[in-house]
Amino acid sequence: MTAPAVELTGVNKIFNQGRPGEVTALTGVDLTIARGEFIALIGPSGCGKSTLLRLVADLIAPSSGTVTVAGKPARKARLDQEYGIAFQQAGLFEWRTVRRNVELPLELRGQGRRERRARAEEMLELVGLADFARHYPAQLSGGMQQRVAIARALAVHPPLLLMDEPFGALDEMTRERLQDELLRICGTTGTSTIFVTHSIPEAVYLADRVVVMSPRPGRITGIVPIDLGERTETTRQSPGFFTGITKVRAALRGTEAAVGAER
Amino acid sequence: MSVLVDRTVAADPAGPARGRSRTAEGFKGLALVVLPPVVVAVAGLGAWEAIVTVGRVAPFVLPAPSAIWEQFTLSLDTIIRTGTASGTNALVGLVLGTIVALLAAMAAGRFRFLAEVSVPVAAALNALPIIALAPILNNMFSATSNIPRRLVVAIVVFFPVFINALRGLREVDPTHRDLMDSYAAGGWTFTRLVRLPGALPFVFTGLRQASSLAVIAAVVSEYFGGLQDGLGSRITSAAANTAYPRAWAFVLGACVLGLVFYLIALLLERVATPWRTR
Ligand SMILES: Nc1ncnc2c1ncn2[C@@H]1O[C@H](COP(=O)(O)OP(=O)(O)OP(=O)(O)O)[C@@H](O)[C@H]1O
Ligand SMILES: [Mg+2]
Repeated sequence: MTAPAVELTGVNKIFNQGRPGEVTALTGVDLTIARGEFIALIGPSGCGKSTLLRLVADLIAPSSGTVTVAGKPARKARLDQEYGIAFQQAGLFEWRTVRRNVELPLELRGQGRRERRARAEEMLELVGLADFARHYPAQLSGGMQQRVAIARALAVHPPLLLMDEPFGALDEMTRERLQDELLRICGTTGTSTIFVTHSIPEAVYLADRVVVMSPRPGRITGIVPIDLGERTETTRQSPGFFTGITKVRAALRGTEAAVGAER
Repeated sequence: MSVLVDRTVAADPAGPARGRSRTAEGFKGLALVVLPPVVVAVAGLGAWEAIVTVGRVAPFVLPAPSAIWEQFTLSLDTIIRTGTASGTNALVGLVLGTIVALLAAMAAGRFRFLAEVSVPVAAALNALPIIALAPILNNMFSATSNIPRRLVVAIVVFFPVFINALRGLREVDPTHRDLMDSYAAGGWTFTRLVRLPGALPFVFTGLRQASSLAVIAAVVSEYFGGLQDGLGSRITSAAANTAYPRAWAFVLGACVLGLVFYLIALLLERVATPWRTR
């Protein structure tokens, strides 16, 4: 079966429709994401990136248009647990230890105790928090909590990964290491990814395509294909990388100019 | 008074420090927590003694602490016996009231409508002097029955536990809800994994308030008749015989009992919600 990983057609999302406080969060969104593709979503604050992610996750329903995930309606895909998600807030369960937080999605998939424990420890190792497995979230810094949330999202090896600014609270070194790890995981498991970020270099480094959005109303204003091939030590210094950054910046400028002209 | 102590104030300072230097920090923390109230109490008692002796205050107005203490040691056997009776009543009522309150809160938490209706109703009922029910209940049962006092305690306990538990059950972090939705986990799974553990701290806040109230209710309900084998009956009879220091000695016994209940509730809270101790 080769249905695309995600397909949005003619998607609009209006919050509080017909009521005071009506907000058009997204208009006319068409986007097809191939299996194994890495998409970065970038755009100014409030342009509807989180909303788009939540539509794909079927946490909210579109006002019109259709969302399909792995060839199924988004709702069916959610019930089949076709994706893993990391939110803008870490959202850890404060009454569970770090390790048991990472174990939760595995527990809900009915994995055995030993198996899920091993997987959770492996994931914590990955995000550099193996020593904190027995701590409670309240004993961790914000960035560390965010890393636990990433470990939790990765733990199930979902076919589709939805991440909302997951690296926003991390220091530069951790961030770059986790970017490489994320690419490695997605590469080896063939995971499709939608990754929201505010960082242009991060978007360019990670993505196969950078989707640029603009606000009021939220919409996709450009898609920048990135062709850097295999990411290596030198990628971040390569001319191709800087060309990508320039292109994305130009696309974002375009949205800024458009916003400016509206005023 | 202890019933009104704010949750964070009551819970945090005594927290056993976690981590490697647990014991060392624990002792230091304990000293810091225990010392100030002890100093204040000793100073207060000293001042009280001084005022009563120097000012020649009549014993029926206010007996000296030394006189109360003397009576306390003299009547210690009786205090323990009646205290056990009152303590049993308080405990039975506390357990009963808590169970009913938790079941009611879970039922109300499941339906938005029920919750919205029951909170103001419960708050209004809570403002009534429930202790005033004691004479009515006493007349409903035989004079040798333990039931009336225990019922009064259960009713008194119900409200703080119910209101706090319901609040805890209804307050769910939106990210937690989204996350569980993404796992396609609803219904009982959601309740078991998110609602109940999330509500625990609230339940214990209610239980801590209820624990002191339970003792007060168990003691005071004896003032209104019924079986006379607890601390309350001794306080009234001593006062009726103008044996004021002895009445105060039994009041002291009731204080100790209330404190014991409170501390046990606090201890249970620590054990049940280890993630909140830092
Ligand atoms: N539940 C909601 N109810 C009403 N309006 C909402 C809701 N969620 C989002 N919006 C509105 O939709 C718009 C897009 O919000 P969204 O959270 O998707 O932005 P974003 O691109 O993720 O921003 P940021 O980069 O700051 O996270 C905003 O104007 C916001 O006010
Ligand atoms: Mg957002």
